[in-house]
Amino acid sequence: MPKEDKYELRLYVAGQTPKSITALKNITKYCKEHLEGKYSIEVIDLLKNPQLAEGDQIFAIPTLVRKVPEPIRKIIGDLSNEERVLVGLNIRPIPKNNR
Amino acid sequence: MKQISNDVFPKISTGIDGLDEVTGGGFPKDRPTIVCGSAGCGKTLFGIQFLAKGISEHNEPGVFMSFEESKTDLAQNVRSLGIDLEKLIADKKLRIDHVQFERSEIEETGEYDLEALFIRLNHAIESIGAKRVVLDTIESLFGGIDNAAVLRSEIRRLFRWLKEKGVTAVITGERGDKTLTRQGLEEYVSDCVILLDFRVIDQIATRRLRIVKYRGSTHGTNEYPFLIDENGISVLPITSLKLDHKIYKQIISTGLAEIDGLFSKAGVYKGSSILVTGSAGTAKTILASYFTQESCRRNEQTLYFAFEESPEQLVRNVQSVGINLNPFVRSKKLIIHSSRPSLQGLEMHLLILYKMIEQYKPQTVIVDPISSLISIGTAGEVRDMLVRLIDLLKIKGINAFFTSLTHEEGLDQKDQTVNAISSLADTWIDLGNIKQDNQRVRNFRVVKSRGMGHETETRQFIITDKGIKLLGTKENSENNKKSK
Repeated sequence: MPKEDKYELRLYVAGQTPKSITALKNITKYCKEHLEGKYSIEVIDLLKNPQLAEGDQIFAIPTLVRKVPEPIRKIIGDLSNEERVLVGLNIRPIPKNNR
Repeated sequence: MKQISNDVFPKISTGIDGLDEVTGGGFPKDRPTIVCGSAGCGKTLFGIQFLAKGISEHNEPGVFMSFEESKTDLAQNVRSLGIDLEKLIADKKLRIDHVQFERSEIEETGEYDLEALFIRLNHAIESIGAKRVVLDTIESLFGGIDNAAVLRSEIRRLFRWLKEKGVTAVITGERGDKTLTRQGLEEYVSDCVILLDFRVIDQIATRRLRIVKYRGSTHGTNEYPFLIDENGISVLPITSLKLDHKIYKQIISTGLAEIDGLFSKAGVYKGSSILVTGSAGTAKTILASYFTQESCRRNEQTLYFAFEESPEQLVRNVQSVGINLNPFVRSKKLIIHSSRPSLQGLEMHLLILYKMIEQYKPQTVIVDPISSLISIGTAGEVRDMLVRLIDLLKIKGINAFFTSLTHEEGLDQKDQTVNAISSLADTWIDLGNIKQDNQRVRNFRVVKSRGMGHETETRQFIITDKGIKLLGTKENSENNKKSK
């Protein structure tokens, strides 16, 4: 698989808040639908690792960071709007009827 | 946990010279204070100084959360002021967290909060045990986030959180059109709001500070001039005008026996102020130099503020009339400070005067000429400032000697400001330069001298390479004419 097709995502949360749970649920769903087999999601809980917030310049919770492919993109919020998330991550959606 | 005292509002030193006096002790302890002002007014430096002095003077570590400048930029900007941020960081006394956000790389969808910012701040505070926090400038977030409603409620929560955390915080804000800060932060923080102002009047930049609000505390309500120099920010607290300064009975010499002889007590009172007025070239500086020399001979620390000549030039020029100030300059008994009047605003000059007086603790201060200061401000404010300066010198019991340049027309035509100073001066000498028989004759007149009798006749004098020589009274000057 060419490297540029691989998506490395990070989801920053602060404990098990409803917003964070929703965000994780949403992004997992979108990835399964559109990026099957070529993505990884790492969940970082800032309550456990507060020092990591500075490195990725996180100020809002939840924040999804696309580390790869570059450039870095960030989406803040519970990711409830699928279209915006896909556009934000620059993922070409797979049309439903093709599946 | 917190101490509650019945009458004293707990305050914390601001680290800014003069501001503790103005606020009656400093910022409210463990509460947020807003410092607002337009771009370039010194907000960031204000915050840095608050932290740096907190570390150096009170050993209270601090966190600086920057929403605008990077760590490197901040360190560079304050290095010239003698603040070494890198060292403070290495010593674990300071933490700088630069919150960066690139509008173009952020997308928003659904609900969120700023919990991560709280976590970052908390982490920074805990890691060094910070007591002081600066947020500079949190309103920048409004440029990075669309959802202003969330942002507002989160900032409100942040201020509450800071209070609960027990840290004293300074939050800077950009001046808005109708509100003090662009986003109306002052509504969230109601304890202490300080406004910094930077304006240009007659092409001269002046900086002012005003305490807009200080709940539960008395504070000065005036606008206070402040200065940014190599020692950072300092505010000029204005001493109240009271006439209860120390009074001396001791008599000191003016530096010239012949002039001392014109006063019934053979000199002037210690701690009094002397004003010498005269048009150009009437030997005002020479008189001032006599006074300087005499003061140094009494082994007093002497400060000479020269607004027209450089120190070397002054020393050289008065040497030509037999006054040698060199040894005193070398032994540092005499400090000559020269500056161009138009270089900065009146307040700045006065602040420099004030600071040097604090630094050197002189017994004698010479301002030559004080009229240079008059030319750079508007009449009313100049007057007030000079009154304050004279007041300060009086309170400290410093011998003051001012020269003032007047126009040829003589005493009647003098402007109001000179009149104002002359009413504050204890001794007033007027020098003249009148045309007589096709030659210029210098004359000397004691206009007043409080608390003693004095010669009332106008006396003529000449300047030789040995110095000033008073000519005799009328009969003598008649003789003088004949001999010529």
